[in-house]
Amino acid sequence: MTARSIRGTATAILAGAVALTAAACTNPGSTAGASGGPKDSAVVGIAYEPETLSPLLGYGKDGNSKIFDGLLAFDENMKLKPALAVKLPHITADGLTYTYTLRDDVSFSDGAPFTSKDVVFTYRTILDPKTNNASRTELDAVKKVEAVGDDTVVFTLKYPYAPFAERTVQAIAPEHVAAKQDVNTGAFTTKPIGTGPYVLTGWSKGEKLTFKANPTYWDGAPEVKKFTMAIVKDDDVRATRLRAGDLDGAILPPNLAEGFEADKGRKTYAAKTYDYRTVTLPTHHKVTGDTAVRRALDIAVDRQAMVDKILEGAGKPAYGPVPTDSPWFTKGTERRHDLAGAQKILDEAGWKPGPDGVRVKNGVRAEFPLWYLSGDKLRQDHALAYASDAKKAGIDIKTQAGTWEVIEPRMKTDAVLAGGGSPGDPDFDQYLLLKSSLAGDGFNNMARYDNKTVDKALDDGRRTNDPAKRKAAYDTVQRELAANPGYTFLTHIDHLYVVDDSWDGLSTQIEPHDHGLASGPWWNVEGWKPKSTGEAKK
Amino acid sequence: MSRRLPWGAMARMTGRRALAAVPVLLAVTLAVFAVAAASPFDPVKAYAGTAGLTASQENLDQLRANLGADQPLLTRWWDWLTAAVTGDLGDSSVMRRPVAEVITERLGWSVLLAVTAFAVAIVLGTLLGVLAGRRRGGLLDRAVSSAAYTLEAAPAFWLGLLAIWFFALKLGVLPAGGLTDTASDTVTADQVARHLVLPALVLGISQLPWFFLYVRQGVGDALDEDPVRGARARGLSRRTVLTGHALRSGMLPMLTLVGSRVPELITGALLVETVFSWPGIAAATVQAATSVDFPLLAALTVLATAAVLLGNLLSDLLYGLADPRVGFDG
Repeated sequence: MTARSIRGTATAILAGAVALTAAACTNPGSTAGASGGPKDSAVVGIAYEPETLSPLLGYGKDGNSKIFDGLLAFDENMKLKPALAVKLPHITADGLTYTYTLRDDVSFSDGAPFTSKDVVFTYRTILDPKTNNASRTELDAVKKVEAVGDDTVVFTLKYPYAPFAERTVQAIAPEHVAAKQDVNTGAFTTKPIGTGPYVLTGWSKGEKLTFKANPTYWDGAPEVKKFTMAIVKDDDVRATRLRAGDLDGAILPPNLAEGFEADKGRKTYAAKTYDYRTVTLPTHHKVTGDTAVRRALDIAVDRQAMVDKILEGAGKPAYGPVPTDSPWFTKGTERRHDLAGAQKILDEAGWKPGPDGVRVKNGVRAEFPLWYLSGDKLRQDHALAYASDAKKAGIDIKTQAGTWEVIEPRMKTDAVLAGGGSPGDPDFDQYLLLKSSLAGDGFNNMARYDNKTVDKALDDGRRTNDPAKRKAAYDTVQRELAANPGYTFLTHIDHLYVVDDSWDGLSTQIEPHDHGLASGPWWNVEGWKPKSTGEAKK
Repeated sequence: MSRRLPWGAMARMTGRRALAAVPVLLAVTLAVFAVAAASPFDPVKAYAGTAGLTASQENLDQLRANLGADQPLLTRWWDWLTAAVTGDLGDSSVMRRPVAEVITERLGWSVLLAVTAFAVAIVLGTLLGVLAGRRRGGLLDRAVSSAAYTLEAAPAFWLGLLAIWFFALKLGVLPAGGLTDTASDTVTADQVARHLVLPALVLGISQLPWFFLYVRQGVGDALDEDPVRGARARGLSRRTVLTGHALRSGMLPMLTLVGSRVPELITGALLVETVFSWPGIAAATVQAATSVDFPLLAALTVLATAAVLLGNLLSDLLYGLADPRVGFDG
């Protein structure tokens, strides 16, 4: 009898739970429209989800946030265009004052009008030290931000900062909602309200984000009415779900994207990027701090082989954070793979081969550890290839895997296979990587690179708006980096996306290292046009 | 069978256990705080995410102060405790929401998964155990027993990956994860039911061997006991003897098992929820632990500890009811 009563209880609880779930559903059977007719819903698979959806905490700082708009936005070619502002800002001759005139026909998705108060609120809140925004440093140049009437916002800077306009793609939050809550923990962080082309309908953390089109979007209602981003961390699972039709598009590594090449119903998009892989050569290590060793490693490494073998052609050699196809790249600073040249540099600097082939100078063996993030196959492959190239020149590199918790305390003296890259202004990456005053500041200037000429050129480059002077400054930086390479830059990596051929108007922007929700062909999903049925299934 | 239940004794036992639970819960939360603080994970790095990789040190230090992560361990624990006693569980730094909200949203899904899995394990385990115990050494007994020993050694996450590979990737009959289909933004009962099958089966089957082996042993032993053999000798049918005599005494050890399996069920759910992206509290526990999210971690630990203590209490109460010799003193 006891057994029966237990079983009875279990059944009762189960029945209750199922009944509750059934009662919780409000809108059953909304998946109609998946077959037949133009496809007005899209499901894409991404690898990383944002930490927060609040612009005040760092979401949408680089634009393409779907839910929000910035004062400005990037177009397909990464040129700035007006968004919530009617035109590009007016900049005073001293480069210290930026004036934006705002659109007067924009409302938030809750119906309240967008005004200069929202802009001022957003920037002031981000700059408030009590706000937990880890990207606040990017707005370091701002001294004050003020509203003049409902439709004008004036930014005053502490020092001339040429790339400032590119920072104003920052998403704008509504004051009337967000100001009433705790900025760090309020409901706005998960239930955002914005002016953007989409409205968030759900965020199941670790599973998916769902959006529906904003019918009153100021730039025209999107034609893709329902948009879902599934968070699938595992590459293989993402590829399988794409093949099974569960996803309409996904980001894939080169070897998995290859499997979809013959598929006529799907298209592959290769996005050019600023996403570099580099080896930090710490100044405070006896071997990696030596300029001769740095220069030898810089030419001993076979970058093209890495692109061909590791990236399967989806990428290009990197000689600095600026990609070779950028207008900011200094022509002539490309380094050829030259093993004999590397050996000659080391010989002349007094690094003589020891009995085991590893070079020695004044009793110091040419050896150092190289850390890479455990579980990151791409970094591991780069690290192993780099160590094998260095071995040929007589430098012994011990590769070791670790998590950031293990690596970070060792960054001062140990080399790290690092990645990064922010598209847009040449100031963004180079300043953080090379400025000596940022040596060891968080993850900035990990190698503790210290070069007075570079320091000065970096300051010159950000403090003038004259394109010719800026170009000259960044040319100096790149030439100095070639003469004293405190990092060995290896590759810039293309990001590959496979998408169902059901829409027109797809393109890719130049992408950053951190390519989550805002990148990929869906950077402008609001501009996709569904193909008519006959056309779609060719 | 219409014996009056000893309500007084049961209430006294429940009260004693509740009093004993207080120091246990305090010790467990303090231990969790200490272990998390000693781990190499950095709450500030976890909070900042990828933005932390380009943030300035000043920015990161400010974040540390804002999050209170620079406070000593005992201060943080005491602050948490005094707030929790007044009903304020604090804010989860990893979920960016109040802890109470995170738990209420996720607890139901975890309970649904755990209860279904438990039901699968108990029903299947008892059924197979009785069948195998009836004829020990028979073909069914040998087959199921060896399968049970294998399953006992198999970790739940491995079973989960295997199930995904076979049912979702090879056959394509069941979804590989999540609560609903990817394209759907409403939670409907039929979708949840379909998505529940794999995780519940995997979790249930990983718990099944214990129930099976206990019931098999209990029923087998009971069939050999004198009263049962006497009943057979008196000419009672095999069926009556089995259900009326052997099963009743054979089921006794299972009652203790139900309680003592709760911790295993919780650890199993932790792995299964992670593998199947099931949005329950177990998945949140993993995130909270690796992000050193003290408020969320502490609340979840209290919940898990309470579940274990309740499970033990329940099984002791049932045992006392089923076998009056045991009583309610323990």
